[in-house]
Amino acid sequence: MNETFLPKIPIGHWADLLIQFITNHFEGFFGYIASGIQSFVDSLVWLFAFMTPIVFILLCVAIAFWRRGIGVALFTLIGLVLIYDLGYWAHAMQTFALVLTSVVLSILIGFPLGILAGINKTFHRIMTPILDFMQTMPSFVYLIPAIFLFGTGMPPGVVATIVFAMPPTIRMTGLGIRQVPSDLIEASDAFGTTTWQKLIKVQIPIAAPTVMAGINQSIMLSLSMVVVASLVGAPGLGADVYLAVTSLRTDIGVEAGLAIVIIAIMLDRISQNTRNKKTGES
Amino acid sequence: MKKLEVKQATKIFGKSPKRGLELLKKGLSKQTIKEKTDLNVGVAGATFNVESNEVFVIMGLSGSGKSTLVRLLNRLINPTSGTILIDGEDITRMNPEQLRTVRRKKISMVFQGFALFPHRTILENTLFGLEIQGVDKKERADHARQALERVGLKGYEDSYPDQLSGGMQQRVGLARALASDTDILLMDEAFSALDPLIRKDMQDQLLDLQSEMQKTIVFITHDLDEALRIGDRIALMKDGQIVQIGSPEEILMNPANEYVEHFVEDVDLSKVITAGQIMARAEAINCDRGARVALQLMNDNGISSIFAVDRSKKLLGVVDADDAAAAFKAGTPLSEIIQQVNPVQVDTHLNDLFEDISKSALPLAVVDEQGRLRGIVKRAAIINALAGNTALTEEEDVKSV
Repeated sequence: MNETFLPKIPIGHWADLLIQFITNHFEGFFGYIASGIQSFVDSLVWLFAFMTPIVFILLCVAIAFWRRGIGVALFTLIGLVLIYDLGYWAHAMQTFALVLTSVVLSILIGFPLGILAGINKTFHRIMTPILDFMQTMPSFVYLIPAIFLFGTGMPPGVVATIVFAMPPTIRMTGLGIRQVPSDLIEASDAFGTTTWQKLIKVQIPIAAPTVMAGINQSIMLSLSMVVVASLVGAPGLGADVYLAVTSLRTDIGVEAGLAIVIIAIMLDRISQNTRNKKTGES
Repeated sequence: MKKLEVKQATKIFGKSPKRGLELLKKGLSKQTIKEKTDLNVGVAGATFNVESNEVFVIMGLSGSGKSTLVRLLNRLINPTSGTILIDGEDITRMNPEQLRTVRRKKISMVFQGFALFPHRTILENTLFGLEIQGVDKKERADHARQALERVGLKGYEDSYPDQLSGGMQQRVGLARALASDTDILLMDEAFSALDPLIRKDMQDQLLDLQSEMQKTIVFITHDLDEALRIGDRIALMKDGQIVQIGSPEEILMNPANEYVEHFVEDVDLSKVITAGQIMARAEAINCDRGARVALQLMNDNGISSIFAVDRSKKLLGVVDADDAAAAFKAGTPLSEIIQQVNPVQVDTHLNDLFEDISKSALPLAVVDEQGRLRGIVKRAAIINALAGNTALTEEEDVKSV
């Protein structure tokens, strides 16, 4: 395979050099990011612990009821009580903190990028292949540079999760902005809006349902990264599943897996679109 | 006063549109340019003025460039060349900031598909323009409520657009444009998406509003009946060019070319032509004169009856030849033998004359608002007008002896 007339292009070597270069020159910078992420996750975990399981469960049930009604509220109640009963509460809270941190950062970074892609064609054209790359590159691969740059534990897990989970938010935000009917854009322009006013008062509100669908997908993707993140030492339910796989423990595997599924369904239902709530139609 | 002056406004779509200007100068048509290049001529050399308080209709079939032309007027589309003056200021030279000010203060627009914001209530839609301008919250709500009341939508402030019918939605579109209190109103096929009955209601309402508020309205339509109904003047467009500009009557009576002629041939003339346009000069007699003079006049003109007027030419009625002869013998004054007639107004449309003329053996007397006799309409004149071979008559003074 190497004996062809084509010399091998050393892409892997280049990637190696790039990461080495970044590690050597920006180590401090990435150190700050890592400790920032770590303390954010820690404070979330602390907050959840401070709330006690009962308050946390009641809060989730209340949110579920407000967003979706009695059915989802009931599921949330039973599901969370089950996780508590199985003895995975502390780990579930770590996973929760990981997912929440990743999603919040995904939105903070992805939403503005999505808007830019929505209003600027050139940026959209540049962004599309990058997003394709981010989503299709096997997610394990992100872990390698993440270890170099952020060490082990929660921070590289969060970063790898963000890279994998952010694309839907960017894509769907851009799509939502581009799909705003052109006559509404014309109407907005005709009344003399500035670019900013048009964005805040017309484009973003009308794109909101699509943006929410993107955020929903990002949440689901970050949950799917929980186990992968545990490979670099991120604690939580993912670590339990990883342990179960390496030690062939069906019981732990099923229980921890079930807990992830419960959290996933709960977050999915809560973050799903509730369309036309205002007009009372569905 | 000229509110809007458009000089040689041209819009060519495609890459490096300036190439197209040369071709247009050489006199090539839209089709030829499209075949030769990848350029699409939207509007070619449109020149017209719109006066203050005028309803100016731009009419043409789809693809004639009328929607592009109206978007040049507030630069939703940038013209390739030409100048567009609003109150004497050239908007084609304005920077974005100045242009925004013009759009906020001077010119607002109503759209064919209503273009209401689905996430805002009716009130929030209506106050949009004022919100953009940073008007105080209470003041903008008050203005919007007034505008909604004007279009008859009081009580719908908190509804959402999708809860309203098409006609009501377009009323909101109109209220939204009125709320900004701009002088100029652009209406792009504003009523075309509505069904015919509602469309007629909306046209009536627009005319009512216009007589009340005295805006300058540029109205785009593909519907000739609509254009004739609401337009003070009409510009007819074809292939990006304005073919003819004139009052509805001028367009109907003196089409500039075959295209216009073809366009207007199906028009129901009876709804357009007025009594004033086909009336003939009336012979009339002053009621102070005697019966002998009346008989003489009738004899001279070969008629068997004559309209009687007072000194200010106000119509009193009609005098019959037999009655006049009897009065002459008996020596009674003319004023005692005048018979009442039902006159018609100068601006009465032909289709409202049919019944009167069929019942009456006499020609119809045409009077102005003060009741003064302006002329007469004979049966033959009506039939001639419907056949389309009438020249417009100049209004003449009634000759009375």
